Amino acid sequence: MSLIPIEAIRRKPAPDPADAPTEDIRELLFELEDAGELIVQRVPEPYMEVMTKYGRTKKIPVEQTWHHKSCGQCGHIPGYSTSIFWLNRKLGLDYFDPTDQTSCTAWNYYASATSNAPAQAGVAVRNFAAALETGYFPMIHCATSYGHYKEVRHQLVHHADLRAKVRDIMGKLGKPLVLPEEIVHYSEWVHAMRDRFVEKQVYDFSNLTVTVHPACHYYKLIKEDAIYDPDIYGGERTATVSAMVMALGARVADYSTFFDCCGFGFRHILVERDFTRSFATQRKIEVMKEEANPDVTITHDTGCVTTLDKSQFSPEAHNRKVGIPVMSDAQFAALAMGAHPYRVCQLHWHSTDNRPLLEKMGIDWKAAWEEFSEDLARIERGEIEYLTWEDAGV
Amino acid sequence: MATATLAPALFTRDPGATLSPNHYTEVPYEEKLRLWEQVKADSRYSDYMYGCYECGICVAACPSARFYDFSPRKIAQAAGREDVELIYEQMNDDVWNCSQCFSCDRCPRQNSPGGLITILREVAVTNGLASSKKALEGYSRIVYKIMTTGTQVSPDMLQPDAFPDWGPDVRTVSENLDTWRRAMPPETHHTTSASWTVSKKTLTELYLIWHYSGVMDMIAQVDEGLHMIIMDVMEESLEEAGYEI
Repeated sequence: MSLIPIEAIRRKPAPDPADAPTEDIRELLFELEDAGELIVQRVPEPYMEVMTKYGRTKKIPVEQTWHHKSCGQCGHIPGYSTSIFWLNRKLGLDYFDPTDQTSCTAWNYYASATSNAPAQAGVAVRNFAAALETGYFPMIHCATSYGHYKEVRHQLVHHADLRAKVRDIMGKLGKPLVLPEEIVHYSEWVHAMRDRFVEKQVYDFSNLTVTVHPACHYYKLIKEDAIYDPDIYGGERTATVSAMVMALGARVADYSTFFDCCGFGFRHILVERDFTRSFATQRKIEVMKEEANPDVTITHDTGCVTTLDKSQFSPEAHNRKVGIPVMSDAQFAALAMGAHPYRVCQLHWHSTDNRPLLEKMGIDWKAAWEEFSEDLARIERGEIEYLTWEDAGV
Repeated sequence: MATATLAPALFTRDPGATLSPNHYTEVPYEEKLRLWEQVKADSRYSDYMYGCYECGICVAACPSARFYDFSPRKIAQAAGREDVELIYEQMNDDVWNCSQCFSCDRCPRQNSPGGLITILREVAVTNGLASSKKALEGYSRIVYKIMTTGTQVSPDMLQPDAFPDWGPDVRTVSENLDTWRRAMPPETHHTTSASWTVSKKTLTELYLIWHYSGVMDMIAQVDEGLHMIIMDVMEESLEEAGYEI
């Protein structure tokens, strides 16, 4: 087996935004705002600046963030969102976890088509208006929400008839037509804050080999918003996730199907999983195993974690070459900074065995599970109603 | 020049010039044309279709093309040629195979075959095509969940009979669900019937969006029973909030 370090991909000069093949949508947003067509919510200060695909600069808010949660993360792999919140608390940053938030509903839109453009834009703008009311800036947890909101933004900017329809619907709800200055994915915040994470890192990850799976709806759907860095993959691939993993000292290993999707398929994961399972196994997990044999694969989306993790049970039963733990960049960073693997990262919701990984990280999972089991017992005995952030150490 | 005379012929609608082997002969051409006109009239269409080089890059990137008899290039070609017969065939036989990952968006002509498929699916649903009803069989509970709770999936959907291929962990989750949901710090996560706690006011606003945008009419076309159930939930909530639909 030959391992290809990603540093082998040669560095290219940073792209010149003057040569960008696409418009800068933010300029068009501000023009529409000047014309009284909509409101643009500004990125609050302080913010970090990062480079996107065509060399433009994107603002990533450090705090005052309104957390637009993800259906699959909160529902089925809740250590994902819990870790995002934990990272904010660990750094002492102000954030807001709203109940005045719905799903972007794009999973259903891409799966069943039982929706339409005005409805999708209405749902997006309602959520953005809810964020504006609080003064906190939207931080999107799901890559599909992120990708879809970029699509919606494009449609609203370019189609006056859609703007009129959505403005009418929002008027009936008593809300303005509002869009944020930047559409920000939480993994971009993770990327921007990676040096702050390193300052609080308590475990040495230098013995870990990691494969990265980038989420399609993060960097393929309206591609110009994704973060790129000439020092990561020579600027040829998105730097999000990989740069953070490297900052924590782990080795990122390349594999030949990096650009393939995970096989989620939106409707397939729910009603046609034979496709999902086959694709995840044959095009992702087995290829990673064969070419890089990683300790873990890290990704940054709901569907990707679910698909890559849950799809490994059946092929394992058939003695296929699987068995790679899967988690999000937020969970990985939280573990590096000493987060509890069960109280915070909630790894018991994941399927593929991650205990050997925890041991390699230097984390005593047996002691952690005993602590968490006692938490569960206290809840069942009625001694406590819920676990709290104090229990999670932040 | 040969190419100059060939190009218009390729991209001009001609009922006789179809590449469809199926034809769906029981459906009149006029009906197929009506559906195609709906696709073209969608405001998103002009963002998704610019013409096709027929280079096949989209096929090389497409996950569904590896496991199904499916080609995003054929979708773009049929739209570019306005091959009404073939488009109708695709609307019935192909579009539900798409993974909607948008890997095909690497098209050098800036097409989005995945975006075209989104529209083709919507037109199929809006017009109640039998193939769309069949494709969405077993999916009703998901539509119900997202439209009534404002979240797509919920923890209590993790049942062993629904996810047998995910292994015995699903049973462990379902058996410990209530305790496990309490054993996490974010207050919004202490729920089992939705992904997170969504306020009543928020749900009311979501229901209004479904009504005012015409989504309820789409649901009625694809599943009348589901439409009735969702309407019951929504009307109760909207009436309580002082809205009349």
